Amino acid sequence: MTDAKAQTGATTGAAKIDAKKVAIYATIAAAMVIVPLVFQTVTGLGFLVRILVIVGIWVLLALGLNIVVGYAGLLDLGYIAFYAMGGYAGVLIGQALSRYLGGATYFAMLIPAAVVGAMTGVTLGFPVLRLRGDYLAIVTLGFGEIVRICLNNDIFGLTNGATGLPRGSEQMVMPFGAMWLQDNVRFTTPLGQFIFSTNLYWYVIVVALCLVFILAIRRLDDSRLGRAWVAMRENEVAAAACGVNIRTQKLWAFSLGAMSGGIAGVTFAYVQQFISPESFTFMESVFVVCIVVLGGMGSIRGVIVGALLIRGIPDLIQGLAVAGVLKLPGEAISAISGYRFLVFGLLMVVMMIVRPQGMIPSSRRARELNPEDEHVLAEEDLSLWETEHRASNRDDV
Amino acid sequence: MSPTLSYILEQAVNGITLGGLYALIALGYTLVYGILLIINFAHSELFMAGGYVGLFVLKVLSDPAIAQNPGMGFLKPAQSFFLSGTIGFVALLAATFAVSAIVVGLMGVIIERYAYRPLRHAPRLAPLISAIGISIFLQNAVLLFISSKQLPYSRADGSAFVTAKTAFSIGSVDVSTMQVFIIVTSLVLLVFLDTFVSRTRIGRAMRATSQDRDAAGLMGVNINSVIALAFFIGPALGAVAGVFNGMYYGSVNYNMGFIPGIKSFTAAVIGGIGNLRGAMLGGFLLGIVESFAGGFISIAYRDVIAFIVLVLVLIFRPGGLLGEAVAEKV
Repeated sequence: MTDAKAQTGATTGAAKIDAKKVAIYATIAAAMVIVPLVFQTVTGLGFLVRILVIVGIWVLLALGLNIVVGYAGLLDLGYIAFYAMGGYAGVLIGQALSRYLGGATYFAMLIPAAVVGAMTGVTLGFPVLRLRGDYLAIVTLGFGEIVRICLNNDIFGLTNGATGLPRGSEQMVMPFGAMWLQDNVRFTTPLGQFIFSTNLYWYVIVVALCLVFILAIRRLDDSRLGRAWVAMRENEVAAAACGVNIRTQKLWAFSLGAMSGGIAGVTFAYVQQFISPESFTFMESVFVVCIVVLGGMGSIRGVIVGALLIRGIPDLIQGLAVAGVLKLPGEAISAISGYRFLVFGLLMVVMMIVRPQGMIPSSRRARELNPEDEHVLAEEDLSLWETEHRASNRDDV
Repeated sequence: MSPTLSYILEQAVNGITLGGLYALIALGYTLVYGILLIINFAHSELFMAGGYVGLFVLKVLSDPAIAQNPGMGFLKPAQSFFLSGTIGFVALLAATFAVSAIVVGLMGVIIERYAYRPLRHAPRLAPLISAIGISIFLQNAVLLFISSKQLPYSRADGSAFVTAKTAFSIGSVDVSTMQVFIIVTSLVLLVFLDTFVSRTRIGRAMRATSQDRDAAGLMGVNINSVIALAFFIGPALGAVAGVFNGMYYGSVNYNMGFIPGIKSFTAAVIGGIGNLRGAMLGGFLLGIVESFAGGFISIAYRDVIAFIVLVLVLIFRPGGLLGEAVAEKV
């Protein structure tokens, strides 16, 4: 991130840089307020707010995975499993308690979703502690598939199989105020009628969640834990030698990342008012990884921009085209959703070759991915377990 | 579903057939891993591509409708040969396998050249992500440019290969020609590859490269061509498995590679990744375990069981069953 740059420039032109920063942040904040309001007001564009909500949930997901992949350097290809666990836990428990909780159900369910997510993370984290990058990727992938297949097969009679939740006649409760706002806050403007729709309501919640996440992760990055993660990612052996408890730090990374996934999952479920296993395929996991990798591993800004570009742009174009705002032929619309994976696949390859640090990299990560010293690099590939293992082998000889 | 002897036997035969397929695919993972220490994530997609190329060859060589097209008339005599009698049938099969293996092998070489070679000195995560990218690309290319539906795997006259007749029976269990064909071919290819790697000069170069790339280079081994060769052989074997898979199950599908790919990787890990014989052993073991798990525990959860095996092996014996050779090769 440019924080480092800001620090070096602090002695000379701190005020100037700060003014520029403030201007940028103010613009972003204004856009975040105005864009959804405009979408909501202009007749026929209201559904775009919905897309913004979904994009926001993907920002949450990407921020969570960024903890695991970006900070701790553990490639997780089954991240969507935590999203699923959080979502299902939230809906199952929420449906059981909604009679008592009423409009507070969603907010209350953030807690079980986070707990279940984190617990799943630890459960997965424990056995894979000593696995190196690529093995870890495969195990997490397998784990993701296990979760999806179990959900799809109605495990323990809980998940209602491929049909999803809630079951037949049941309905999920909207959080309080949402319906009231939709019914009562409406007025006519020159652009069209403004309604404080449920989509707008969710937009506010998702943006708030994103801000909390960003704040928390920034603090985390600067904390002892964040530094330990970076040390571990750069060189596991050296980090251990400096007193970093690899085991604990990896578990923290897994559980915090999984917790974020769980929170994103329950939000997704309540936004959709519905949840089914088809939202949790391997491709979705790959999607999140794409966002983190292309955006810039370990960089909060990169990840957000990545989510906006990768998840947001194609959906927006498609949405605008469907609404008839953009004049596109029907084939082009379906092609956008089809070709984007093709393009992402190529982009991932090209990006790894040309710019492995991503679009908006964190400075540390950039240096790590464009290393100068091959010898150091070779050492970095070793996991702690391997080094110990090799050492003990050598003793035998 | 009482576990009668014949039921057990049937599962065993199915399992061995499946194991043969897994072993063929697993060899591709293990060859590449042994030399480059990367998981060729795109391998499962190359397996899928093998199925499609094979289907294409089958159609071109046996579908009269294609020969009707202007400029394609030269296919007619060839087609009448391939459609006539046993010799024609065997030749058709041989051509299908050979073309598929060569085309997919070349695809593997190209992928290595452009997606992996520039990343040879990058950190581990980079080639892995690049490989995932290739995998997504291939899958969606087939989805978009060929078909999103299942394509029936048959000759033009509609005779699918699944219906191939019973070769022989053990008690009440029928073993189909296709199953015999798969098991025998995979075993022959496995033995052939093992001999190639352990006996020939090029095989020695491959082993040297996998032990220490730099040292092998200093001894005059052309590292790039050895790696390219590994990227030819692996996908070529994967393509053979892809054609078999299409014939055995009667169809191909753009996402048919994913699950067998992961399972074959599991097989390679079970046997000890980087170890050729391990991959074969792991393939057959996993095939049998999966078949019995599907037959006796639950069909719906048989993929889950295969994944659980993977997780357990990685946790308790990350080196695999025959994985001793890998431990020194860090």
